[in-house]
Formats: sequence, structure tokens, C-alpha cells
Amino acid sequence: MPLKLEIVTPEARIYSDEVDTVVLPGYEGEMGVLPAHSNLVTTLVPGELRITKGGKTIELAVGEGLVEVTGSVTRILTDAAVDADKIDEAAAEEAIARAKKALETLKPGEHQEEVAAAMAAIQRATIHLNIKRKRKTI
Amino acid sequence: MPSTRDIRRRIKSVKNTAQITKAMQLVAAAKMKKAQDQASHGRAYAEMLNKVLVNLKAHAEEGIHPFFTEGKGDKTLVLLIASDKGLCGALNTNLFKKLLTTKIEGEVEYVTIGRKSVQAINRLRRTLVADFPIKDPAKFAEVRAVSRFIQEKYRTGEYKKVLAVFNNFINTVTILPSVEQLLPVNPVTLGGKRDFGIEITPPAADSLEYKFEPSAAVVFETVLPQYVNDTVYQMVLESRASEHSSRMVAMKNATDNAKQMIKDLSLEYNKLRQAAITNELLEITTAKMALE
Repeated sequence: MPLKLEIVTPEARIYSDEVDTVVLPGYEGEMGVLPAHSNLVTTLVPGELRITKGGKTIELAVGEGLVEVTGSVTRILTDAAVDADKIDEAAAEEAIARAKKALETLKPGEHQEEVAAAMAAIQRATIHLNIKRKRKTI
Repeated sequence: MPSTRDIRRRIKSVKNTAQITKAMQLVAAAKMKKAQDQASHGRAYAEMLNKVLVNLKAHAEEGIHPFFTEGKGDKTLVLLIASDKGLCGALNTNLFKKLLTTKIEGEVEYVTIGRKSVQAINRLRRTLVADFPIKDPAKFAEVRAVSRFIQEKYRTGEYKKVLAVFNNFINTVTILPSVEQLLPVNPVTLGGKRDFGIEITPPAADSLEYKFEPSAAVVFETVLPQYVNDTVYQMVLESRASEHSSRMVAMKNATDNAKQMIKDLSLEYNKLRQAAITNELLEITTAKMALE
């Protein structure tokens, strides 16, 4: 029995296909999902998501979200999902620098939304960098 | 009978109007493209989130999260999303008509987005709780403020439910004014019709219970506020796409009408001019004949 995987972000439907297995960063650590997994709902934390299909592995950098696993379908709703191949190291570093600069100028009391956005940007970019660097060392 | 000069003046004024409406049409068309793309991109996510949560609601225990059950009070909070500007055909009128024909029990209070909706609520002498101005194009952070406000209000338990009244964008010429239930979590239609019944597995048929990690309460507490934020944002996007499409169509019609009017007026003008020339010729010939 194949496992149907759907990954959706607010911008687009990133992935919708039948896969062998998917490993995702869940609330309580990395979690592998195989076909006929018991029904489960958990939150997704920013990290690395690996899809295996026919011996090939696809890596995605994902953001926060929700995971719903039923026996045959895994639905992943996340605010961002980027293919590891498409991660731009320079852009990620630049994003960190920009966000840090923004954090310095913003006052935590007044600009809650902006501070949260900058923190999220740093976290996201760091994950992108980690995935990219890990691949290089292999 | 109008003189040739009167007609000339009218042609000139209609030409000016046509020029303005044409410019507005082009601006609206450019904005429409962007707004439509934005709305259609976010739709899959919003729909899926809604679908998953409606499904989970059927499985979750009673009272696990306030957003799954109706509030204790008997008031209803209505979020009305209309445009800021006019000149977009019958868009807002149709929306308000839809609102007025929808029967809502008990006391109703309103939260509005868009200047036209504030005006309508004031004109109808309804209770307005809050008005949020949202720029164009809509930013998520701005919409989140609206969503937060609604969630806080709902958590007080004063409200039985929260409804959203907005324009659902189907395509450039079809816009559907809709009333959807935002809270408690309920199937919501965004952008056209969607068959909902098949997707939900009833708890009886599907005896497998969901396991929640770390716990159902934590999952729902994280996900449900996000759901409300995203759904409200998507509703604003649908409304914006509808607004720009409607304005584009309205302005196109206005330009076409103005062009037709110029054509008709030019014909009349030429007829009058010809008549005047014939008249003059007639006068000259008769005068000449009289002299001979």
C-alpha cells in the first residue's frame, strides 16, 4: 500500500505524490512515517523533511505547521517548504544579517510583530544553512 | 434642438471621461492579476487546513478547545469584508444585500474591514465593535490583528458564533457574495464550489482514533489560532481579487459605453453640420435668384 503525501504552503501546493516513506521534524523529535501508520496529529517544527521514493531521497526545509497522518494519506501544512537543492546559501546568510540588524533597531516592547518576524527569519535561514552544510560534508 | 457647439462640448466631455475610465481599467487590470494570483495560491492551503480541522473536530472530545464549540452567549459576531473604494460595479451592494437577506438569530455585532462596510453598517444603524483599515495589497500582519481581535472576543464566551461576510472570487466575471461560519470551526468554501461531504470520515465508520502528539490540547492550541489567522487572510484575499476584477469589468463597461456615446454624438453632430450647410446653400441660391 503506497503512502500518499501532500505538502501545502500558503503560496502553493509543493508536493503531492505517492511515496515510500517520509521523515519529518515533529513536536517530539524526528518522526518517520511509513504506509499504514496509525492515525496521528502533531505539530511540525522548523527543520528538515526527507521524502524517500523509489530509492531516491528529496530533502526539504520546512517551517512550522501541522501534520495529519492517516493510514494512507499524510498531509503536511506548513508556512514554508523549500527544496534543499534550491537553498541559496548566500541569500540565507544575508537574511540572517538583515534580521539581526532589524532586531537591533527594533524595541521589543513596541514592535512585537516585527520582532517575531525577524526571529522567525533567523530561525528559517539557520535551518536552510544547516541543511546545505550537512549535504556538503557528506 | 442642441446647437453644433453644444454637441461638440458634450463629445469633448465624454471623451475625457472615456480616457479616465480607460486609465482606471488598466490600473485595475494590473492589480487584478496580482490579487487573483495571491488569492488562488493561498486557497489550497486554507482549504486543506479547513478540511483537516473539520475532520479532526469530528474525532476530538467535546470541549477540548473553545473554537470547536459554540459560545455560551447568544450574540453573533459578523466580520464584514468590503472594499475601501467605490467604482467597482454592484460588488458592495450585492454583498450588503446578501448580508441583509441572511437571517441571523439573536443580537448581532459587527467587525468591519474596508471603508464601504463601515459606511453601510452606520447607515443601517447596526452595532459596530471595531473597524480595521487594511491596505492594498493586504499584508498578513495587518490581517492578523483583525483575527486576534476576533479570537479574543470569541474566547470571552459572549458570542455564539462568528460569521464572515465577504465576496468569494470564482472568476473575473463571477463573484459570489458569501456568508461563512468562521467559528466554531466549520466547513468553509473559498473560491467557488467545493464538495465537502465525501472527504469527511464519520467517527463511527472510522473506528481508528487519532493519536495527538504531544496532546490534543497543545496541538489545537497551536493550530486553531493559526487556522483563524489564515482563513481570515484568505477571505481578505478573495475579497480583494473580487474587488479588482469587479472594478476592471465596471471600468471596461464604462469605457465601452463612452465610446458608443461618442459615436452617436458624432453622428448627430455631422447630421446637424450637414443640415446647416444645406440650409446656407439654400439661402444663398434663393438670394441670388431673387437678385436676378
